[in-house]
Amino acid sequence: MATEPLAAPALSSPVVKKTFANSTFMRMVRYTAVRLFTMAITVTIGVYLTIMIANMGGYVDTIMRNEIRDNTTQSMLANPSFRNLAPDELKKLIQQKIASEEQRLGLNQPFAIRSINYLRNSLVLNLGRSLNMTSDNGSKEVRLILLERLPATLLLTGSSELILFFASVFIALSLSRRYGSWLDKLTIAFSPTSAAPPWFYGIFFILIFAAVLKVLPFGGLVDSPPPNNKIDYGLSVLKHLILPASAVIISSIFLSIYNWRTFFLIYSSEDYVEMAKAKGLPPRDVERRYILRPTLPTIITNFALLVITLWTGFTITETVFLWPGLGITLFRAIGLYDTPVIVGSTIIYAYLLAFTVFLLDFVYALVDPRVKVGSGSSQ
Amino acid sequence: MNALKNSIRDFLRYPSALFGLAIIFILLGIAVYALATIPYSEAVRLWRGGEDVWYQNPKYAAPLWYNFFSSKKEPVSFSVNTTDHGMTKTVTSNSKDISTVDITYSFDYKYDTLPQEMSLYFTSTYKDKLPFVSIVWLTPDGRKIKIANTVADHKLTYRFSQDLKLQKSLRSENVMQALFSDPKVKDSPPIKGEYQLLITGTTFEAASDLDAQFVFHGDLFGLAGTDKYRRDLMLPLLYGTPIALAFGLLAALGTALLTMVIAAIGTWYGGWVDELIQRITEVNLVLPFLAILIMVGTFYSRSIWLMLGVTILLSIFSGQIKTYRAIFLQSKESSYIEAARAYGASSSRIIFTYLIPRMVPLLIPALVSSVPSFVFLEASLAVLGLGDPVLPTWGKVIDDAFSDGALYQGRYYWVLEPAILLMVTGLGFAMLGFALDRIFNPRLRDV
Repeated sequence: MATEPLAAPALSSPVVKKTFANSTFMRMVRYTAVRLFTMAITVTIGVYLTIMIANMGGYVDTIMRNEIRDNTTQSMLANPSFRNLAPDELKKLIQQKIASEEQRLGLNQPFAIRSINYLRNSLVLNLGRSLNMTSDNGSKEVRLILLERLPATLLLTGSSELILFFASVFIALSLSRRYGSWLDKLTIAFSPTSAAPPWFYGIFFILIFAAVLKVLPFGGLVDSPPPNNKIDYGLSVLKHLILPASAVIISSIFLSIYNWRTFFLIYSSEDYVEMAKAKGLPPRDVERRYILRPTLPTIITNFALLVITLWTGFTITETVFLWPGLGITLFRAIGLYDTPVIVGSTIIYAYLLAFTVFLLDFVYALVDPRVKVGSGSSQ
Repeated sequence: MNALKNSIRDFLRYPSALFGLAIIFILLGIAVYALATIPYSEAVRLWRGGEDVWYQNPKYAAPLWYNFFSSKKEPVSFSVNTTDHGMTKTVTSNSKDISTVDITYSFDYKYDTLPQEMSLYFTSTYKDKLPFVSIVWLTPDGRKIKIANTVADHKLTYRFSQDLKLQKSLRSENVMQALFSDPKVKDSPPIKGEYQLLITGTTFEAASDLDAQFVFHGDLFGLAGTDKYRRDLMLPLLYGTPIALAFGLLAALGTALLTMVIAAIGTWYGGWVDELIQRITEVNLVLPFLAILIMVGTFYSRSIWLMLGVTILLSIFSGQIKTYRAIFLQSKESSYIEAARAYGASSSRIIFTYLIPRMVPLLIPALVSSVPSFVFLEASLAVLGLGDPVLPTWGKVIDDAFSDGALYQGRYYWVLEPAILLMVTGLGFAMLGFALDRIFNPRLRDV
């Protein structure tokens, strides 16, 4: 019957007599085990879905087979050293070559088996070799391809997102203190501008600062040719970083400040804050102990989720600014049907996300005494 | 009734809401106008037609209003035709079979730079004997230049700049320079004044006739300019409006409604249904949203409607579902639901007539605020080269401009026009959504 009180297993915590079986320790162990198990299943399904989509359920195999057949036949027919062979022999040679190429790419196995192999390898982080892409050093190892791009992406996402996060939290805190001031109203008025994504502001920035004013470069990571000197190289990278990073920051700073400000305002109207103010505590202490403390779990959650999105990079912003990061690499990998690179990039994100979400439950318990691990506040 | 009145009064308190609403209505007006004047197939033809459709337009032409802001006036393109009497055509019959067709056109040239190109398109009717055409050019300083003498086939295209004979007789490779400016001064600016084009045709049969079209390619064209394929940008700017609105609104509506219904069903039935929905949400969190859209676009089809479907599918199971679930869990226990149960209402009746309508105030602001992100998503996909291949959209214009290096070459209009339209659309919905959020969420009203 549908009238029973319904609740997810993790949510129900009926008041029972305290025994060893429901002591804090056992509850934590049980909770951790269940949580780890569900997360493992979630990640596995997510990655398998990505593998299926990245192969279009096996359709990409057909595309690749045709490509191999075309390329091999073309190159064999164009090769002058095979011109003296009899047509039959040449045909046999072409067939052999196609077969060996298919074997190299693993196309001789049915897709169902290969997809399971993909899944098993990616789950143990054995990312394998790419099909077509190579790193700048010429390696086909997916790990190396991704690692090579990681610094550029982390530089862009890290600098912009961290500035964005801390700037908006601190500005929001000071605005919540002076709410109703013209600065506060200005922020509210500007917050709809965050409807546009970073690449969109990027276009305007390129137009103004690169095309019209000619003070900053159009895009890329470093001047061409790159400076030999390490300091000059660093300065050149910084100069190239200004436009994409500010595009990312401008595109969401106003909404971010507005959201945090509203959030802080809601907490500062709590009775205990009024009480603290009435006691005559200095505003700094009120802020730190009575506003920041209870909002800490939310701040930490946002920060943790932000940190893991740094990994994915900004595909479109990187494309617009020709920034050689992971986002652009993923985009190119998709264009080349390079499944190992696509899956490799996804699995790392999936693991980071699962790990962070798992860890957050414990962090909540640490910073907020009202929360107990496994007691039903699983967000 | 009173509640509605209050809501409207609240609404009027926010000028930004009215402003946003005004923008949305203007955009809707443009969309209706575009759909009414340009049928779908016509839009696709004008956008994908090829040189046959676009030959009258110059390449890379800035919009007309460009002259407004520039001290150097650039020539404006035009095209005139004898069939619609833009050019004067007089036929005089000399004898039984032979007649002369005189076509003249004079125009006032008051610009500071040279045009890109001039062309003549002749169409003639005859049985055996081809008509003969001679073209003469008269300049304001009184020069009379013989351009060409030729026979006119059924269809003849004559381009001034590409005639080697003319280049030789003018002793210059730059025909436009030689025709428009003083030949004695090197690289002099064009002479302003009245230019005249005289075409004398002779037909040798009684039923033979000759018509001409004069196409003048300046540096400016229309209200929106043209791109590198000579396409009039007015088309994608106009026709992109209904597409952007349709994509944004449908995606927002589809996502919001489905999310809510699924959240309601999950909370109502509970048990494994609820559990399943929660697990799907978690799996969806792991899936790379943009990467999947790119994969679908690359591997399967770039049709905008498929993209719309995939976007909705991936956005349903988002964090929003958990927010709704928390609220539904509360309202499920309230007494009016119990009353409905008591009189024996079915589950679907309770979900659709009691649970969901109560959430509408929460739903509307979220829905309106999410429109811009979907409008920009469509443009983002186009910027990645995954825009719909046949439809003229704003994003495609930005993509074309970007891949052609419009910003490097100073063709700012090409990027700015669609970008400003996108910005205005985004702002309109964001401002309205913002105000609605503050009206419907009393918790935000005072802060």
